[in-house]
Amino acid sequence: MKVHEHQAKEIFAKYGLPVPRGFPAFTVEEAVEAAQELGTWPVVVKAQIHAGGRGKAGGVKLANSIDEVQKIAAELLGKRLITFQTGAEGLPVSRLYIEEATNIYKEYYTAILLDRSKSKLILMASAEGGMEIEEVAAKNPEAIITVEIDPFMGLRPYQAREVALKLGFPKNLINKVANVFLKLYEVYIKEDASLVEINPLVLTKEGNVVVLDAKVDFDDNALYRHPDIMEMEDPTQESELEIKAKQYNLNYIKLDGNIACMVNGAGLAMATMDTIKLAGGEPANFLDVGGSANAEQIANAFKIILSDPNVKAIFINIFGGILRCDRLAEGIIKASHEVKPHVPIVVRMEGTNVELGKKMLKESGLNLITADTMWEGAKKAVEVAKNN
Amino acid sequence: MSVLVNKDTKVIVQGITGREGSFHATQCKNYGTQVVGGVTPGKGGQEVEGIPVFDSVKEAVDNTGADCSLIFVPPPFAADAIVEAVDAGIGTVICITEGIPVNDMIPVKQYIKTYYPDTVLIGPNCPGVITPEEAKVGIMPGHIFKKGNVGIVSRSGTLTYEAAYQLTQKDIGQSTAVGIGGDPVPGTVFADVLKWFQDDPETEAIVLIGEIGGTAEEEAAEFIKEYVTKPVVAYIAGVTAPAGKRMGHAGAIITGGKGTADAKYKALEEAGATTVKNPSIIGETVEKLLRGD
Repeated sequence: MKVHEHQAKEIFAKYGLPVPRGFPAFTVEEAVEAAQELGTWPVVVKAQIHAGGRGKAGGVKLANSIDEVQKIAAELLGKRLITFQTGAEGLPVSRLYIEEATNIYKEYYTAILLDRSKSKLILMASAEGGMEIEEVAAKNPEAIITVEIDPFMGLRPYQAREVALKLGFPKNLINKVANVFLKLYEVYIKEDASLVEINPLVLTKEGNVVVLDAKVDFDDNALYRHPDIMEMEDPTQESELEIKAKQYNLNYIKLDGNIACMVNGAGLAMATMDTIKLAGGEPANFLDVGGSANAEQIANAFKIILSDPNVKAIFINIFGGILRCDRLAEGIIKASHEVKPHVPIVVRMEGTNVELGKKMLKESGLNLITADTMWEGAKKAVEVAKNN
Repeated sequence: MSVLVNKDTKVIVQGITGREGSFHATQCKNYGTQVVGGVTPGKGGQEVEGIPVFDSVKEAVDNTGADCSLIFVPPPFAADAIVEAVDAGIGTVICITEGIPVNDMIPVKQYIKTYYPDTVLIGPNCPGVITPEEAKVGIMPGHIFKKGNVGIVSRSGTLTYEAAYQLTQKDIGQSTAVGIGGDPVPGTVFADVLKWFQDDPETEAIVLIGEIGGTAEEEAAEFIKEYVTKPVVAYIAGVTAPAGKRMGHAGAIITGGKGTADAKYKALEEAGATTVKNPSIIGETVEKLLRGD
């Protein structure tokens, strides 16, 4: 789960990380009040969206007066901000963060994340702050410092000091910077994050260390331990269909194509998308109905898929293991009567009780196109989508 | 021969009195697996389909001589269940549970590596392991598998079934199929299983099924280059998956440009594996390799 910058900073502040003063604002009036409350000029007006690259996209602006705050806030609120991370549609700006300005002397990057090949957390840092870390990794990989964290020992203060030294911080700030790393690690562990990132961490002209931008992603599987974080979820940052699918307990991700797929199992669902592409079509979604899909789940899946106006055909690809094909057929038939899909449906099923399932579909009177393999099904779906 | 499990493997099921646990314990037993016991704390002394239930793994091992554990314990308690199993001396721990927090798994993996280097953890978030016609220790449909000489290793359950089914349809059997699971911190990775298959005299060819996210396939490619002489057929799911989105599995996500299907295909091709882009032709590709057309 993702949260906004202002929420990440709220969490950071709780752990004693040095974040600038600031207030979230949902309206122009609140933005003005926040600026007045800060009482110093200039202030920074920052659009809050679940994506990086806001600065370059015009989502972060300096204001020197109430008038300017008003103008910038009015301009940003309600707008869709398009950054290199959002895709062409962008993300809606429904809240701002009004923050005191920081006098930047130098910018650094730091993060704690999982190194999957080692199955350990690492502290990652670079003196090339403000830049995307991927860009640094591509252009100047030796500028990235990484330290492996032993899960039993945790991040050690000496390791944190070493990184601070390598980054070239003035000696009198080494302990202060090391402390930022140690607290960042504490946030990661105690809040069950899957990524904590400060980009940039700033050395100010006054010689202070400040967390200028903050990002925290949380491990969805650990949210049950953090009801306070679950409450931070912002549905405006997700597609409507994905939120609806979540309520139905379906794993759905909307894509840009016109052939919808309904599949059991995450791997097979991805493989089905790939096969559609290989057959010359474009998948409209990723959808895993899970291993125990019943008629109700399938009806819900139909509803989600059919709410996407781009969809011209549906490809149902089920490998019946524990989920028997006759059960699936029953689900499709029942759901079709209930939802009445208006686009052609191609069904490929295989596995347990497949003959019975096929017979049921045939005798159902429904206008279904059947296929024996994933490849055949994908080709048929691409064909009917073209003609529809 | 086979890897990990066979007809002599004695299995206990942790979480046996739960809905999933009792259903699959019975299914495994019916397949012919020696399911010698189950564990649910506080329910020791009961029976599930004739299988005795114990209060702890230690007690189950002492009474049954089990050497393998199959875990269905719910996510908040699953990491502890794994540690209990390895501490009780179980050599092969297979964890089906999906949804274990990553921060729970990191120390568990390190613990096993440090204190029980010979113990194998498969999963979590996996379908388990099957040696056809000998032992099924997992949730896969047993009847689509057939005894033979192709080893399957996969991060995805349903794609394992898809591959096994295609092989079985062509009358090509499998030595063992190992589902290593879709989590970001898996107990066992491709390279481990590739080694076992390479060293198993009855495995003649290997099917590797990967997916987007992480670099386990790239590491597998390195290992193939150095160590594997048997033919490897590889398929990677997620060519069309968008970056930054988690595709069902907790571990199936492209982050920071890393973990794309293209990069994995490239690494595997360079390592000499036969890659297939169309998952429907995994079976015929293996057939061609084995029969030498």
